[in-house]
Amino acid sequence: MSFFLDAFAFILDPANWAGDVGIGARLARHLALTGVSVLLAAVVAVPLGLLIGHTGRGRAAVIGITGAARALPTFGVLILFVLLGIQFGQGLSEGPVIAVLVILAIPPLLAGAYAGVEAVDDVTVDAARAQGMTEWQLLTRVELPLALPLLAGGLRSATLQVVATATIAAYVAQGGLGRYLIEGIQTRDYVRAVIGAILVALLALLLDGILAVVQRLVTPRGVSRGATRTTGTTARRPSRSSGATRAPVTEG
Amino acid sequence: MSWLWANLDLVLRLTAEHAVLAGIPIVVGFAASLPLGWLASRSRVARGILLTAFNVVYTIPALALFVVLPGVLGTRILDPLNVVVALTLYAMAMMLRGAVDAFGSVSGDVLASATAQGFSGAGRFWTVQLPLAGPVLLANLRVVSVSTVSLLSVAALVGSGGLGYLFTNGYQRYFVDEIVIGIVFTVLLALVFDAILVLAGRVLLPWARRRIATPRAVVEGRAA
Repeated sequence: MSFFLDAFAFILDPANWAGDVGIGARLARHLALTGVSVLLAAVVAVPLGLLIGHTGRGRAAVIGITGAARALPTFGVLILFVLLGIQFGQGLSEGPVIAVLVILAIPPLLAGAYAGVEAVDDVTVDAARAQGMTEWQLLTRVELPLALPLLAGGLRSATLQVVATATIAAYVAQGGLGRYLIEGIQTRDYVRAVIGAILVALLALLLDGILAVVQRLVTPRGVSRGATRTTGTTARRPSRSSGATRAPVTEG
Repeated sequence: MSWLWANLDLVLRLTAEHAVLAGIPIVVGFAASLPLGWLASRSRVARGILLTAFNVVYTIPALALFVVLPGVLGTRILDPLNVVVALTLYAMAMMLRGAVDAFGSVSGDVLASATAQGFSGAGRFWTVQLPLAGPVLLANLRVVSVSTVSLLSVAALVGSGGLGYLFTNGYQRYFVDEIVIGIVFTVLLALVFDAILVLAGRVLLPWARRRIATPRAVVEGRAA
């Protein structure tokens, strides 16, 4: 247990936060890597997911992509990209690492956006169309607000993945809090590894907590009331693609 | 490719090691999450406590958990047990939510009918609730299985990642082929595990051929 006390003492000493390889710089780098990667992934994945959820086309592709992405060992893909980057003359730059983090963040965001729109009740969609809403109005005023909780869930999951993967990226790239872990393991300095572990775990928990609050804030009041009533029954929610009632409206 | 033929023994040995180190957490995590999931589906308090506790564990990045566990368990830092325990905790966290959904998906009317027909509590669980929850449990278990197989490779950084060894070794030698082979074999192993689960589902749940709603874990999963 003394490891943990030593590690906390190190973290709490302000002197260890300063400098180029201090906690502050590494934390900033970890956050920057995470932020840039999640943002780039969101720019691609969110509009695409909303479109797929709205049109109902490409559903199989989303499920296929998320499933295949899960089977890929991230650690291997990360090292592959970094080595290919070196072979193509990039050197040990951040490019390949960010590319992997973006690829990794896309499936949860895509699935969150798509599942959020798909979970909107057919009756609600029909009612919006009956009121004369255009497809764009339907998407932005009805489907998007109702999809926000699941979309925020996708964002939370993507952020979690990227923070964790940015940690192991310290094995092949400079910077990030993962450096403490890698240095500690490579030099058999257990306290140093525990310092990294504590910092990375705290960062992940903090970001997850913030995003959980965001998720709650963006949940429309009616939806949250409905959700508490039907906890545990999400599997029974009727799938929108089977909504036969919707087809004539689209054609008419 | 010539590297693969020259090192086939090594690759197969690592694949076997990978299968064991990933297989134990999948089986233990599934078995342990059933009673916990059942409890959580019945009691709101238990659900709150269990889901919160496992969500905290699940949020901790894998490498951090691999490193912290020796301090908690009193094991050596390179002991494979740390990795097995960490992956089991992740598997339980993923499976627990799935199990709560699965048991919750069994209609209350069906359970009430079973009680009216004279089923005891335990009998009702084993013969009515568990089989009906089966398809959703299986869908979630498949997600857990694939995630665990791919996540294990991270453990190469603490010396017991099965096929993940090919990634660290390939990086140190700047040898792309070795890494590609590591990725291919990891994916193949995940597919084999998945095929086994699908087959087991066909045998054990013959009535469950109908499509199952996308499990919640599809949005979540875990990569590192």
